[in-house]
Amino acid sequence: MKLNDLLKHTSEWLKGTGPNSDIVISSRIRLARNLDKLPFPHLANKKQGENVLNAVLEAAGGASYLKKATTFRLMELDNVDKQFLVERHLMSLEHAQHPENKALIIDDEEIVSIMINEEDHIRMQVMQSGFNVFEAWNIINNIDDALAKELRLAFRADLGYLTACPTNVGTGMRGSVMLHLPALVMAGQINRVLAAIAKLSFTTRGLCGEGTQASGNFFQISNQVSLGNSEEDIIEGINGLIRQIIEQENQARKVLFSQNKAMLEDRINRSFGILKSARIISSQETIELLSMVRLGVDLGVLNNLERSTVNELFIITQPAHLQKIKKGRLSSQERDIERAQLIRNKLINSQN
Amino acid sequence: MLCNICGKKPATVHLTEIVDDQMTELHLCEECAHQKSAQMEQQFGLSDLLAGLAEFEKPKKEAESILLKCPNCGFTYAEFQKIGRLGCSECYGAFKGYLLPLLKRIHGSNMHVGKIPLSSGKMPKREKAAAVTSDEFDLQEMRRRLQAAISAEAFEEAAKIRDQIKEMEKGQTQGRDTKEGK
Repeated sequence: MKLNDLLKHTSEWLKGTGPNSDIVISSRIRLARNLDKLPFPHLANKKQGENVLNAVLEAAGGASYLKKATTFRLMELDNVDKQFLVERHLMSLEHAQHPENKALIIDDEEIVSIMINEEDHIRMQVMQSGFNVFEAWNIINNIDDALAKELRLAFRADLGYLTACPTNVGTGMRGSVMLHLPALVMAGQINRVLAAIAKLSFTTRGLCGEGTQASGNFFQISNQVSLGNSEEDIIEGINGLIRQIIEQENQARKVLFSQNKAMLEDRINRSFGILKSARIISSQETIELLSMVRLGVDLGVLNNLERSTVNELFIITQPAHLQKIKKGRLSSQERDIERAQLIRNKLINSQN
Repeated sequence: MLCNICGKKPATVHLTEIVDDQMTELHLCEECAHQKSAQMEQQFGLSDLLAGLAEFEKPKKEAESILLKCPNCGFTYAEFQKIGRLGCSECYGAFKGYLLPLLKRIHGSNMHVGKIPLSSGKMPKREKAAAVTSDEFDLQEMRRRLQAAISAEAFEEAAKIRDQIKEMEKGQTQGRDTKEGK
């Protein structure tokens, strides 16, 4: 698989299928692993970094889950390529910087991705569409076992898996669920919900993960604590919390739809109308309008539109995606024009 | 001394804040300190905050902790305090006495109970993890009582238990220090 082949298909996690996919965009589990006694990436010299890279690549080559996987060496990618992978949530922004001895392994459905020599020697993630943390755990647990057979991982019986940053030690696990909560935002209840989440040692981030503010109607909720609970308990905890939030969002949607039906239908259709007719549009405005359109699909207000089309638009309207599609550099103003055209084409085609 | 923010509760947390080269000292109650740390987390990267926390855990024998060096990778505890990342897996053993209280602060626990790697014949023994010392057991029991008191809103009782826990933790860390610092 070549990097540009990714453009031709929709990532598994964007398919808009899976449990509760009206509210939950995706579920993700990541594990941090390191090789025993070898210096963590920030301290490793060139030779040491190279040794880690080769050892992990070899181990991954033997894993059955990674049969159809492709390896990208970060040194061989240009800036647009790197940003493109970040936009698809296949790697972190941190991984895109200082490319030496770094690699990314992704499977052809974009379910599994493994960053080598990011903050830790190994950062693997599994993404699923909809609310599917248990399935994500099953997959990643298997991949982890396959790698552990070949590699001597840094582990202590008392502290678990050892990581560069003590915030990840123990299970090395972070489970994240991306939620679309427009009704809770419109009803002015979101701050109450977020405050409750924070009290339970969970964190909330924005659409693009680590280091981004929660903005618009998208919230990524993850466990904060990685030590002292088993992986299953952490996942159960996420599961319980997310169930409650889904219920609250559903309740808020019901209330809004029954009490303010005209207002809601107006906002959804106006948003759809702007997306279908705009000639210049920023990414911020795109996200806001697409959020309303997605709600329209969920509520049955917009009937001839697939959820996966809306999901895909969130991803392909980002800067690096636009430049990949256009096969050339675009300035910010040029992107706003291309973005508007891409959205019009997609929405008009999907309605036929 | 009363808390600088709310002015109501006694200050138990003392912070030095540097904004635009201006140094200010803050004396906060636990509640306001909590809010402040949430704000800081938003303002700074997590590693800054962590490094700050590690600083916070600075043991009494400061000189000793600064000289502490991982025998495997040569990374020092002072460097960890600066960047919030460790040098290698062996650092956890080398700095254990200082890391354990920090881990407890971050995770509310310093004992792994999850997965064990299926390493090729070199599997670490589970018994080691399960062998909780009697001190550790007492501490866990005290924490359960603290939680129970808080949920029952018996705050005076909770405060007493909290102080006892602090005393026990102090005793434990010192015990570890003398064991490891020989």
